[in-house]
Amino acid sequence: MSKLSGLGGRLYRGETSIDFIGKRRRWYALSGLVIIISAIALGTQGLKLGIEFKGGASFTVSKAGATIAEAQSAIKAAGITGESIVQKVGSNKISVQTGALSNAESNALQTQLAQTFAVDINSIDTTSIGPSWGKEITHKALYGLFGFIIVVMLYLALAFEPKMAIAAIVAVIHDVFITVGIYALVGFDVTPATVIGFLTILGYSLYDTVVVFDKVRENTRSVTSVGKVTYSDAANLAVNQTLVRSFNTSLIALLPVASILFVGAGLLGAGTLKDLSLALFVGLATGTYSSIFVATPILAQLREREPAMKALTKRIQSRAGLTSRDAASDSAVASTNVLGEAVDTKSNYQRGPRNQPKRKRR
Amino acid sequence: MSAINPKSAKPAGHPGRTVAILAIALVAFSALAILQSATSFKLGLDLRGGTSVTLQPRATAGGRITSSAIDQAVSIIRQRVNSLGVAESEVSAQGTGINRQIVISVPGATGRHIVDLVGQTAELRFRQVLVTGAAAATSASTDTKTASALPAGVTPALNAQYAALDCSNVKNRQGGGGDNPNAALVTCNRDGTAKYILAPAEVLGSDVSKATAAIDQQGGSGWYVLLNFTGNGTSKFGAMTTRVTKLASPQNQAAIVLDGLVISAPRINEAIVSGSAQITGNFTQTAATDLSNVLKYGALPLAFDRGEVQQISPTLGADQLRAGLLAGAIGLILVILYSLLYYKGLGLVSVGSLAVAGAITVLSFLLLGKWIGFTLTLAGIAGAIVSIGITADSFIVYFERLRDEVREGRSLRTAVETGWARARRTILVADFVSLIASILLYFFAVGSVRGFAFTLGLTTVVDLVVVFFFTKPLVSVLSRVNFYANGSRWSGFSQKSLGVAPSKIADSFNGKEA
Repeated sequence: MSKLSGLGGRLYRGETSIDFIGKRRRWYALSGLVIIISAIALGTQGLKLGIEFKGGASFTVSKAGATIAEAQSAIKAAGITGESIVQKVGSNKISVQTGALSNAESNALQTQLAQTFAVDINSIDTTSIGPSWGKEITHKALYGLFGFIIVVMLYLALAFEPKMAIAAIVAVIHDVFITVGIYALVGFDVTPATVIGFLTILGYSLYDTVVVFDKVRENTRSVTSVGKVTYSDAANLAVNQTLVRSFNTSLIALLPVASILFVGAGLLGAGTLKDLSLALFVGLATGTYSSIFVATPILAQLREREPAMKALTKRIQSRAGLTSRDAASDSAVASTNVLGEAVDTKSNYQRGPRNQPKRKRR
Repeated sequence: MSAINPKSAKPAGHPGRTVAILAIALVAFSALAILQSATSFKLGLDLRGGTSVTLQPRATAGGRITSSAIDQAVSIIRQRVNSLGVAESEVSAQGTGINRQIVISVPGATGRHIVDLVGQTAELRFRQVLVTGAAAATSASTDTKTASALPAGVTPALNAQYAALDCSNVKNRQGGGGDNPNAALVTCNRDGTAKYILAPAEVLGSDVSKATAAIDQQGGSGWYVLLNFTGNGTSKFGAMTTRVTKLASPQNQAAIVLDGLVISAPRINEAIVSGSAQITGNFTQTAATDLSNVLKYGALPLAFDRGEVQQISPTLGADQLRAGLLAGAIGLILVILYSLLYYKGLGLVSVGSLAVAGAITVLSFLLLGKWIGFTLTLAGIAGAIVSIGITADSFIVYFERLRDEVREGRSLRTAVETGWARARRTILVADFVSLIASILLYFFAVGSVRGFAFTLGLTTVVDLVVVFFFTKPLVSVLSRVNFYANGSRWSGFSQKSLGVAPSKIADSFNGKEA
């Protein structure tokens, strides 16, 4: 643990630096690859929607020793035609899923199941979703998603700067894509609880990005007037300085989610808890990745396009004795090593972003 | 250049006092909870078992979904559900305007057949009153009339049924669309204050074209309901009124029957052949509006699609509650362990803050359950558990800032203030984003999702309260304690854990910043 804290100190002073921004093409390529895989999975396999979205009924009978064959015979006896899925859930539960049923059909099947398994009809847990309801839920989820993105983008543009808002939202969309892709690829069930988890992640992914951007803004506030570091380098230092923080906040957020997933999947088998926490779990991981590897590099790239920043980069490159070839990325690569000690130019600002003329340099 | 000038970096306020005020507020709210006997959580159906049905209004041919039509439907369904006599049954409309769903929840296993009950559509009918009387059942002996003495249309069988009917019993006021319009009907009025024998229906709800509540400005007769009939309805209503107006009371009354129950039975003063009628009485504005709504929507222009039906057995409910609590406990323990391992002494602050946040959250659940009927569902519990992590995150944001400031060479006492000034902003922005997320989730979502959004939003606010009024003041107080200020090994500020060179930290801990 203290090793990690010591790392925090070195990262803070820029003695250890991971080049997130200079190597951005690598991260973009990685994200791009995952997004392409996600898109293919989504296109070929599609999402496995729960009955909540497509309409249908589900019945769960708790009875030790219940068999799938018994349940299937009960379905037949109740006169239910069409597709039905019978599954064992945990050790003593049988779950039956059918297409949308009328009230009479539903009652018939419940009575039949109660008879077949010799249980009280009131002990059968049922959920039944009308076909039009699924559409309603889907619409609402989409409205929620778009509403959220627009409101948050406006808010971030006001609280920070417009380019930060763009970068943050790109990161969020990136997270949505990857999470949906993972769901398509693995074939997890998508239920309303999944969608809640999903929307929560968007909030959380932004929380993480906000923490990083706050530091970026602080570090880059005076880059043009100080003229010693490029925007990219200052932003990269910010990511490194907040790395321990990002790691800790993500891990702490993940711990309770993992415990819900563990208990939900282990104890209850399926349902709200499992669906919710699974979406959160997948999303939190991509959210943390994207704030560091996607959001900040995009922000740096956007800002480096500004004339003032271009001029700054040029000035610093010529001072460092570099031929001013291609602008931003090369300078960033030149001045830092992955996980290595800082090279000479770094010592100029190794005390952190704030000027503290009172104190002598080490 | 520094954004924070030294003046604002001085310790602000009286940290001890802030914590004391928070403690007093906590005690006061606990006392309030006990006084209001809000000592147990209101559990949702998914945690204690029960049936919930969500109905989606659907416009039928010629009808339109309107807000008052939904209100009307809610009141009809509520009447039916209440007749089941299950305590804590609820009927409510969720959403806004015409984009609303009706949600019915009945706890326990007994509510199973509400699915059949609420699906029926209510019918409005006008029937001539044949016999009426007080609500209570009358014994057959005191009410023996020979068949010849009975009013026209009342058979001895109907009369016996009428005598036996007790309208003071809520079970007999269940309603339901089962009344046959072509047969006589023995029934109660909606309030259970009178019972009736009614003739077969002569005018149907579909014959009403318009009904409005209006006030008589000049005549002083107060609120009344203005009723208009369709062409077909005009002739039917005209025929009915022409006939009954000549009869003796109570047979000159026309009962307005909705869902098999009598809403109102006005006396017909004259034959009405114009197709437009006034119902007068000692109406309040509400009563007149209600009656006009019944007349307008009685035939239910709305049909309902059963959106979602959930029946959860009490066993599953108990299992889900246990699982939720267990997940919460495990999550909390893991977060506490990690905080203590990583932040050592500072971790204690985090543990204390989580305890305070937990206490405030529990109190809010209890009091909100009492005040606004907040019910705790499984999704709500999940929201609360997820928020453990998010709450702890704001402590981490502050702690890491604090350690950064110490790395910058500040003494702990100064770092507490400068670090706070910077962390405060980050925490505010980040929490605000969470808050936006939960508010949007709440308004765009239906059912269990709303419970999750509500707890998430609530705990975000709790997080802000705790960070501002507990965590920060507590750290201020502790920064004066030697154990922390000297950077002791287990304080979370040791040179080793900060990764600061020994000489540097010695410098800064000698109060160089003064």
